[in-house]
Amino acid sequence: MVNSGTEHTVKAFDSDINQLRGMVAEIGGRSEQAIAKAMRALENSDLELAAEVVREDKLIDDLEKRIDDLTFQTIALRAPMADDLRELIATFKISGVVERIGDYAKNIAKRVPIVTQTRRMAPISLLPSMSKIASELVRDALDAFARRDTELAMEVNRRDQIVDDFYNSIFRAVITHMVENPKDIGEAAHLLFIAKNLERIGDHATNVAEMVYFAATGEPMPERTRGEDPTDPLDDVLSDDAD
Amino acid sequence: MNDDQKMQEPSESVYMTDPATTGATSEGGTPKMTARNVDVFYGDKQAINDVSIDVNMDSVTAFIGPSGCGKSTFLRCMNRMNDTIPIARVTGDITLEGDDIYAPQMDVVQLRARVGMVFQKPNPFPKSIYDNIAYGPRIHGLATGKEELDHIVESSLQRAGLWGEVKDRLQDSGTALSGGQQQRLCIARAIAVDPEVILMDEPCSALDPIATAKIEELIHELRGRYAIVIVTHNMQQAARVSQKTAFFHLGTLVEYGETTDIFTNPRKEKTRDYITGRYG
Repeated sequence: MVNSGTEHTVKAFDSDINQLRGMVAEIGGRSEQAIAKAMRALENSDLELAAEVVREDKLIDDLEKRIDDLTFQTIALRAPMADDLRELIATFKISGVVERIGDYAKNIAKRVPIVTQTRRMAPISLLPSMSKIASELVRDALDAFARRDTELAMEVNRRDQIVDDFYNSIFRAVITHMVENPKDIGEAAHLLFIAKNLERIGDHATNVAEMVYFAATGEPMPERTRGEDPTDPLDDVLSDDAD
Repeated sequence: MNDDQKMQEPSESVYMTDPATTGATSEGGTPKMTARNVDVFYGDKQAINDVSIDVNMDSVTAFIGPSGCGKSTFLRCMNRMNDTIPIARVTGDITLEGDDIYAPQMDVVQLRARVGMVFQKPNPFPKSIYDNIAYGPRIHGLATGKEELDHIVESSLQRAGLWGEVKDRLQDSGTALSGGQQQRLCIARAIAVDPEVILMDEPCSALDPIATAKIEELIHELRGRYAIVIVTHNMQQAARVSQKTAFFHLGTLVEYGETTDIFTNPRKEKTRDYITGRYG
């Protein structure tokens, strides 16, 4: 049953929950911004902006800790039940996942100084579009949390496929580039890691969406059928099993 | 039934109030007690409205709900305690092992031995600890001699977790014990007549947290040997001691199901509002 948002008799409980929701919105906003800045730094070879992303990741880490502390405290003091309990557990997990998203953005930023020469590689042209969708997934997953919107959560889950498809295209293109330009292999590998980071960000946005769905309904989100990952040798085996 | 309605059907473990579809009836095994379409009136006022529920041996059942929701009234129907209230009228069927407990031939004294009750406030007789326990077995003629009676007293106190604390002072007055000990004495007294069902009406609300924990541990140990039904205002307690929970509101059974489901994912908005503290 979806939370109707009726107030608790004990108003301080609502105030804790609202404070947590505000903090989740903030950590989400910061992570989304970190992705955008890291990608801008990459596109413009802006080392200063990249360093800023690395520095600001500390704020995301601190925010995660504050969310976890307040969640602990609220669970201990308010003994939440039903949708309140599910929401607090989801908050706790979402903060961890979003912090990881921030780490991926930081990881991309850290590669900026190394990959300044990669602009002549064709596959890099796909990265901005890929990162735009990955960022949107993060934003929409957190909007879904804020609005307890299960439809939007399911849509995030579906749209993650686009990010996966981007990754698969980039993977193939980078491998081709490596074969044709062996001297670029080092930088191309970094490029591949950046694409992989974006792909992981999409996956984590999906995790957030799944928790939003669970918190709102008490049920696990229906599974989507995943596309194959050419880099995962187990994928074929597993999908054969599923058949 | 069209497909849409099918989608709305609760999963197996979720029960609602219509016994035909809900699991207010038990899956497998014979329920110890069943209630069907029970109404209770105090004069013109209806206190219980069409309640159907099964109580099983293997689980502790908790009745929760706001004051005046009818949970205690319904509990008191289960061993005909409402008979003592002249204006109370009970309709519908309540059975114990298939026998209608409101049938004319039902011996109410015998029924209350089979369906024992423990009250909110400990109410030991103003007699010795020994006599508090021995009283029931004596009037029901359950013991043939002193030795057998001694044995019943000891084993009842053992099962109630009180033996170690009182074995050297069985002749002291039951009323001299602490509140928690008195309540365990009352549980021992109920056990002494070898009941099948034990009804507990807020058994811990007059006790401190340690005495409460002891009673809860006792409930846990007694589970399986007796069918136990507990009315409690303390939802954490219901969550801790029971396997099935029934939520009452305004005299109706709103939702009945596995305790874990009720407290993590209730199906009815009223249940959700009550257990999360949104009840206005």
